[in-house]
Amino acid sequence: MSEAFEFGGRLPAAFMNPGTSSFSEFLGQVAPDLLPGRRELPQGTGSHLTPDATTIVALTYPGGVVLAGDRRATSGNVIANRDMDKLFRSDEFSAVAIAGAAGIGIELAKLFQVELEHYEKMEGRSLSLEGKANRLATMIRGNLGMALQGFVVVPLLVGYDQACGEGRIFSYDPVGGRYEEHRYHSIGSGSVYAKGSLKKLYREDYSQEDAVYAAIQSLYDAADDDAATGGPDVHRKIYPLVDVITEDGHARLPADEIERLATRVVEGRAEHPDGPTAPLR
Amino acid sequence: MPFYVSPEQSMKDKADYARKGIARGRSAVVLQYDGGILFVADNMSRTLHKISELYDRIAFAAVGRYNEFENLRLMGVRFADVRGYAYDRSDVNGRQLANTYAQVLGSVFSESNKPAEVEIVVAEVGDDSESDQIYRITFDGSVVDERGFLAMGGSADRVSSALKERFDKGAPLSTALVSAMQALKHENGEQRELEAGSLEVAILERAREHRKFRRIQGERLTRLIDEGHAAQEAEKGGSSGTTEASGEGDAS
Repeated sequence: MSEAFEFGGRLPAAFMNPGTSSFSEFLGQVAPDLLPGRRELPQGTGSHLTPDATTIVALTYPGGVVLAGDRRATSGNVIANRDMDKLFRSDEFSAVAIAGAAGIGIELAKLFQVELEHYEKMEGRSLSLEGKANRLATMIRGNLGMALQGFVVVPLLVGYDQACGEGRIFSYDPVGGRYEEHRYHSIGSGSVYAKGSLKKLYREDYSQEDAVYAAIQSLYDAADDDAATGGPDVHRKIYPLVDVITEDGHARLPADEIERLATRVVEGRAEHPDGPTAPLR
Repeated sequence: MPFYVSPEQSMKDKADYARKGIARGRSAVVLQYDGGILFVADNMSRTLHKISELYDRIAFAAVGRYNEFENLRLMGVRFADVRGYAYDRSDVNGRQLANTYAQVLGSVFSESNKPAEVEIVVAEVGDDSESDQIYRITFDGSVVDERGFLAMGGSADRVSSALKERFDKGAPLSTALVSAMQALKHENGEQRELEAGSLEVAILERAREHRKFRRIQGERLTRLIDEGHAAQEAEKGGSSGTTEASGEGDAS
């Protein structure tokens, strides 16, 4: 990043114009170099420059939505980070998680967070969940140039829709395509395994604890088969991170509660390494 | 042939003009209470706000010409968000915002024919009441670092002296709110009854997570006002007796 924004003395005129309620549009006017997608791209690929972030799962249950992520970041065959946080509270009723190029993803999540908050402060009310989902799609589209250079970022957006009173999940592709997912979804390198696991475990009538438990089971399955996904690290006490969003807003589950559930999963796997089974008929 | 107006005269005229403009509007008060900072404005509108959030711990209150202070508010939100995004959320503070407002208002006052007819407050809630910051910025760009409470707008002096009698920075929210309402009644000496519908109330709540700013409206506002009145009655009646434990009525 070149020089950060600096205004000697008076603020540029753009600050006083009624103008836009979008933070990223405004930043594009006054400090375009701070936007992830607006930087000039060098030749060649640079995908090896930033670690990749891996498995994220989300599932809805009556009354809310659960978002969970493993903690591992990898750089090729090296574990770059063991206790990474890939979940970001974007506002009171939504959260994003990222998979792909970690550096760009974190920046995008941070920008999205300011974007929502900025809109809310400027307009005096927050965006609808659909509005938030579309806004995120636009921001990913802005990153297309970087994606083509190998810095692919795919987020997963979850939120509690106050208009219809339920949790919802939105997934994205690298060009900004937006897809609503029903019941459950997973992104990242371990997502195929996590999704297979959730497919068998998912029940419509889960309580919040059941939903969180299923999420941790599916992350375990992802870590079991995907080298780039970290499983519960009982020695270092590093467990997946779990956010829940309900009518009461966003909450990060306390560490001891996740530890309790994760330990149960790990102990269960000592007896049955492949985890719970679904009935054949 | 151009007239000559001495700088002293021109400044004085501008200041008089701005003061008159501000005095036409109704007042607003800002005061500390035991859990943070309380903002109360006499405002009939439910959507055109005089009090707003600027950043996580920082709020804005203004009186005077709506279009002018609304522009200043937008500027402050942008300034804070750009700074917080470029550096870190903890790098945004009330003093910077107050200084920026002072710059803007100061140059408008000295460089243009019409001064801004606004008076604004930037308040930041700290980790304890000692580290709370309340800045008042007037139409000519002067900044005052206020302690405890302040009133601005129409009859700021009268409201302010009424508030001084009742102010207690350790008071619970309901009591602080009722004190603020009673002070606002002294506007223009008209002694009208204020009711929940004509008040805009917001707090910077120290104990809250993430963003400390919260509006108080509807049922919660009515309940707080009733609680405050009840506590006051109890104090009057029983004097040294049991001052009812008037909890803040935590909603959500």
